[in-house]
Amino acid sequence: MTTLLEARRVTKVFGGGLFDRNTTVALEDFSLAIDSERPSITAVVGESGSGKTTLARLLLGLVSPSRGQVLYQGRDLQAMRSAEMRTFRRDVQVIFQDPYEVYNPFYRVDHVLTTPVSKFKLASTKAEARAVIEGALEAVGLRPEETLGRFPHQLSGGQRQRVMVARALLLKPRVILADEPVSMVDASLRATILASLRTMTVERGISIIYITHDLATAYQISDNIVVLYRGSVAEAGDVERVVKAPHHPYTRLLISSIPVASAERNWVTESAPPAVGSFAGGAAGCKFVDRCPEAMPMCCQARPPLFRVDRYRAVSCYLYQAAPTLSPEEMVKAFIQPPAVPRVGASGGC
Amino acid sequence: MKADVLRVKDLVVHYHTSLGAVKAADNISFSLKADERLGFAGESGSGKSTMALAILRMIKPPGRIEAGEVWLEGINVMTVSEEEMRQVRLARIAMIPQGSMNSLNPVMRVKEQIADALRDHGVQLSRHQLQERVRDLLTSVGLRPEVADMFPHELSGGMKQRACIAIAISLRPKVIIADEPTSALDVVVQKQVMQTLARVQKDLEASVILVGHDMGLVAQFVDRLGVMYAGKLVEVSPVRDIFTKPLHPYTQMLIASLPSLEQKGTFRGIPGLPPLLRDLPPGCAFHPRCPHASDRCRTEEPLSREVRPNSWAACHLLP
Repeated sequence: MTTLLEARRVTKVFGGGLFDRNTTVALEDFSLAIDSERPSITAVVGESGSGKTTLARLLLGLVSPSRGQVLYQGRDLQAMRSAEMRTFRRDVQVIFQDPYEVYNPFYRVDHVLTTPVSKFKLASTKAEARAVIEGALEAVGLRPEETLGRFPHQLSGGQRQRVMVARALLLKPRVILADEPVSMVDASLRATILASLRTMTVERGISIIYITHDLATAYQISDNIVVLYRGSVAEAGDVERVVKAPHHPYTRLLISSIPVASAERNWVTESAPPAVGSFAGGAAGCKFVDRCPEAMPMCCQARPPLFRVDRYRAVSCYLYQAAPTLSPEEMVKAFIQPPAVPRVGASGGC
Repeated sequence: MKADVLRVKDLVVHYHTSLGAVKAADNISFSLKADERLGFAGESGSGKSTMALAILRMIKPPGRIEAGEVWLEGINVMTVSEEEMRQVRLARIAMIPQGSMNSLNPVMRVKEQIADALRDHGVQLSRHQLQERVRDLLTSVGLRPEVADMFPHELSGGMKQRACIAIAISLRPKVIIADEPTSALDVVVQKQVMQTLARVQKDLEASVILVGHDMGLVAQFVDRLGVMYAGKLVEVSPVRDIFTKPLHPYTQMLIASLPSLEQKGTFRGIPGLPPLLRDLPPGCAFHPRCPHASDRCRTEEPLSREVRPNSWAACHLLP
């Protein structure tokens, strides 16, 4: 396995300047590796404050880690020379949450498509540039003649988000980082966008890191899943196993909290809501201890390591302490490996 | 058969813009029974929030209620004076707003905000009684009594939303309208807030209208579900029927577009886009996206009718 993009024991702490005693550990000792030959979709799921967006910013090199490294093709992002950074910026693309704010309202939507074409010299003539752009738009199910030449406000949220996917595709990236790409898109359009992400992995060999709070969409498109809780991994592994039979008490709580759209109704029980924060979890112990129905004294003493409960699952919980432990870097060993796919339309160097 | 507490008849709301009238709610009719939970689901721009605000007569210009009747416990709220309407709100029909963070006053303590609502509706209480009332209200929504002395910024999102529920139920209204009450909350907190709402509804024996874009959330909470599309109510059915035998093609496709946690690869998007509300297609508004559309759908607007007992839908294709 050769690693394309890797976070190696990354910790990000915010605050804590000279006079600031309040520090926030947004992400703690986190590792993740994306294989270069076996394109896959990895979902990173968590509630607000779990460190999802911090992870996205770290992986993009937008913020530097407090400890640990983020590496692309074995090179630390923080130590990259500008030529290497340029390759990285081209190979790793991002789709942000808000399809309204990424556009400059004074420019036509063409602007976000022509800029990367000229910056990265993707085409030598105007006609060629147009063909490249039209190809990318068609790949995400947009009709170029109905999209180009319009202003952002003339497109719907779903269309705008698809233009962003098309923009990412233009550069023939190797990794796309999608940070809540459909949370602001309506249900009827969400499925189309997610399907186009899935197609990219299967047909074009692009790996995707799908960051979301929505477990249902994560389950639908990803191969592996990482469940974050307050900056630490609670459970990770094969999405089918984690979602169908969650092991960590937090994952169980999360999955049982999702209102399922079906005729079977057992979600709202009129019982009193469970109190939060009955158990004083120390800074040293498991982060979930104050909400955990199965908390044990040892949970307050030290952070639980990852236990490899089965072949394709790692759980950070002492309930499974009989299982062998994994170091943070070894978490990906519990991931399922999709088949190797030869890359289509790989950019020949540059 | 329980009596209707709320009956909405042919409600029409337009927003007047320089480009023409936007028909945000078009001929909406439904009734709400005592103790009933009725939900409205739809995509953004389908008119669900407009409808909720119109029932409370809280549509602001350029919006205007063009027509319709809203009967609440025997009075048509469309005909009462502005001052009477102010008294009706909160006391008989209360709203739990969408963004609780923006609806609480940031410079007032929670107890002052509750007291403000009570005083404005003519409730005269001594300081001691008031304190007790506030404490009871907070306890009933699962908040600690100390929250009374806190400012909104000291509360978490879920706590703020519960404080809003406490205010909404302070005068024991018969109807509670909750417009996306949990859209900014995490799923675990969302469930807790919805449980709180379910409990206070039971205590008050009130009816609830829940408006939301999350079909799962609405479906899990309500007894009957209305589906809105392009300002129209296209179907109203009991929840069980709507998931097992959806009537309107839009309802069918909307349900098929929801990602399931049971089976992989089962969700499909709806092709096309929702129409512009100021430029609706002739006939059925859904016909450009409907796989079964016929010539009649393109010219004649379908009317809502009772297709099977307790299920109403507006579609020409239904028997």
